[in-house]
Amino acid sequence: MGVTQILFWFLSALAIFSAVMVLVSKSPVHSVLWLIAVFFAISGHYILLNAQFLAIVNIIVYAGAIMVLFLFVIMLMNLNKETEPQKNLWMKLTGVVSGGCLLIVLISLVRQATEIKDKIALTNKGDIGLIKVLGKTLFSGYIVPFEISSVLFLSAMIGAVVIGKKD
Amino acid sequence: MPIQYYIILALALFCIGVVGVLVRRNAIIIFMCIELMLNAVNLLLVAFSKMHNAALAATNAQAGVEGQLFVFFIMVVAAAEVSVGLAIIVMMYRNVHSVDVNFLNRLKN
Repeated sequence: MGVTQILFWFLSALAIFSAVMVLVSKSPVHSVLWLIAVFFAISGHYILLNAQFLAIVNIIVYAGAIMVLFLFVIMLMNLNKETEPQKNLWMKLTGVVSGGCLLIVLISLVRQATEIKDKIALTNKGDIGLIKVLGKTLFSGYIVPFEISSVLFLSAMIGAVVIGKKD
Repeated sequence: MPIQYYIILALALFCIGVVGVLVRRNAIIIFMCIELMLNAVNLLLVAFSKMHNAALAATNAQAGVEGQLFVFFIMVVAAAEVSVGLAIIVMMYRNVHSVDVNFLNRLKN
């Protein structure tokens, strides 16, 4: 068992444990912090897959910007353990059972699929995740979607200001 | 690593996100679970892009780079979505003084 395997299992366990903790922690602030742990674990997976650009962008955009925004809103509303609304036990149980059924069905599907039987995801090798290759592809073949996403950002910014404004 | 491991990991994260949407009533936590699902899909896309690259590296050294560009665009859309969604949640909190989604069921009348 090489270092890559050990890191894979460690990061997977960290991601799933943190994701479960997002759900079970009572305080919303703790949920946000556990979700940041999930994002760091997923960034570790990206590094393992040699997708370095996405790893850094994931940390900067998700853990850095989006989660700070969540944290701001939670602290602005002063949400804590006492104000947290709870569903009753049966509703929770139903949700967990239905989500588990979905997981079981999808996993059995994956185990049956023959096309992906011996396929491997290249770890530690390959240069398609490097910023040079990605940037060249982005700015040669995908320039129109890139510009459209900038317009999307502008409209989202204006939308957030308009919605959040006190009228 | 075999691609099945990545698929199952992404499925587990996605289903945890689905369960979170079903069991929590706090609108912000529901929103965070949606982010979790988006990230599971991102991880799967990167794994598939590396799988494609491993399969086709002999003929095309840059096979699979599109998958990682898709992840980049998903991140862009997620950032825009979060800014608007949180603005909506803040507006909802100002109107009903709660982030409980069950308060919003009067929309059905």
